[in-house]
Amino acid sequence: MDIKINITDRDGVTHEVDAPTDMNMNLMEVVRSYELAPEGTIGVCGGMAMCASCQCYVKSDHELPEKSDDEEAMLAEAFYVEDNSRLGCQIRITEDLDGLEVELAPES
Amino acid sequence: MIKTDILIIGAGPTGLFAVFEAGLLQLKCHLIDALPQAGGQCSEIYPKKPIYDIPGFPEVLAGELVDNLMEQIRPFQPGFTLGERAETIEKLDDGTFIVTTNKGTKHSAPIVAIAGGLGSFEPRKPLLENLSKYEDNGIAYIIKDPEIYRNKRVVIAGGGDSALDWSIFLTDVASEVTLVHRRNEFRGALDSVEKVQHLKNEGKINLITPAEIVGLKGDEKLEAVTIRKSTDPQQDFDLNVDNFIPLFGLSPKLGPIADWGLEIEKNAIKVDNTLDYQTNIPGVYAIGDVNTYPGKLKLILCGFHEATLMCQSAYQRIFPDKKYVMKYTTVGGVTGFDGSKKEAPKAVVKAID
Repeated sequence: MDIKINITDRDGVTHEVDAPTDMNMNLMEVVRSYELAPEGTIGVCGGMAMCASCQCYVKSDHELPEKSDDEEAMLAEAFYVEDNSRLGCQIRITEDLDGLEVELAPES
Repeated sequence: MIKTDILIIGAGPTGLFAVFEAGLLQLKCHLIDALPQAGGQCSEIYPKKPIYDIPGFPEVLAGELVDNLMEQIRPFQPGFTLGERAETIEKLDDGTFIVTTNKGTKHSAPIVAIAGGLGSFEPRKPLLENLSKYEDNGIAYIIKDPEIYRNKRVVIAGGGDSALDWSIFLTDVASEVTLVHRRNEFRGALDSVEKVQHLKNEGKINLITPAEIVGLKGDEKLEAVTIRKSTDPQQDFDLNVDNFIPLFGLSPKLGPIADWGLEIEKNAIKVDNTLDYQTNIPGVYAIGDVNTYPGKLKLILCGFHEATLMCQSAYQRIFPDKKYVMKYTTVGGVTGFDGSKKEAPKAVVKAID
């Protein structure tokens, strides 16, 4: 099953995209598959919570999985961090996330 | 001037394996890398992460893979220019190239193979006003010579291994060491965390957490940093320091290579994937994560394949008149430039009476 996700890119443009729940994908990979941020500026570490290039702000009040220690630690060293910051690579696409709204953090 | 046959830019797994394939063809290699050690991302970002898709290795740590590659290429005596970034390229009339680093080291070769991954790793800089004014004027992102901190008041920011390790090291050098981090928790080797705890208890490290450096002060040079420990900016306070070392990790940037006249698409270099991974500049190849072509996958194993085909093509360019057929290592063995020779043991031929 596909869910809808609203992603605001770094230029402020919002895209409504379909994201599959059965492909073991994460939010960072969805952004890359739709090329909403230039290659090389997102998912630099490949999804190991080690670079923060996929940082995004969660705008809707969906219940998200808790941050792992790795994600907490990486966000503590990232820039432009807000209370609603998450690493896209640590958010798995599941049916519960239908309608999720996120905004990509600036490149740093 | 460093002279070689194939100048490889980037000492990650793809660049390292290219040395082996070149060596089988008796071609010498020299590698340039902006990082102080070989291995690229594998060493810098995830040395302790297991990789599961290296053919023949059900599981191998990224750091181990680099160690193995270094061992595999040792007989071919590659040269290294580490801690320097390839800055400019110049094509001479005889068709060879001169590549110069940011420190002015010159390299000459008939073939240039760019194996630069996502680019050279640059320090991630905190978002502070007047930051550039104090760069090399009290602020440095990389510690080159610890002695310049002798008897100085130093503040370090960051929560990873480098922040911990340098804080520990500088307690014996600097007159005052302060470590500022946004959280109480640090992500580093356990013994480093414990050592900092110990030094903090002894009063040798002034630990300020959770806190953040939000301002810089000083007329000519850095004289103080402003520290925010609570959410209330009214309670910000200044700490007098001589040096500030922000250690927030590194992020890769394509950098000067982008200005070499190469065809760039999606932050990667376009190559001919139907033949030899050559770029639009004859004699310049791009292999591994740094290149792009239809169907490209950024996998180490793909980089190995690309490196192999690149070396065959490089050989043909250097020796256009030589006839050559690829020889299996099971047949030809491996003859190093260091005089070493590895080969399959001869089968025993003995009659049975």
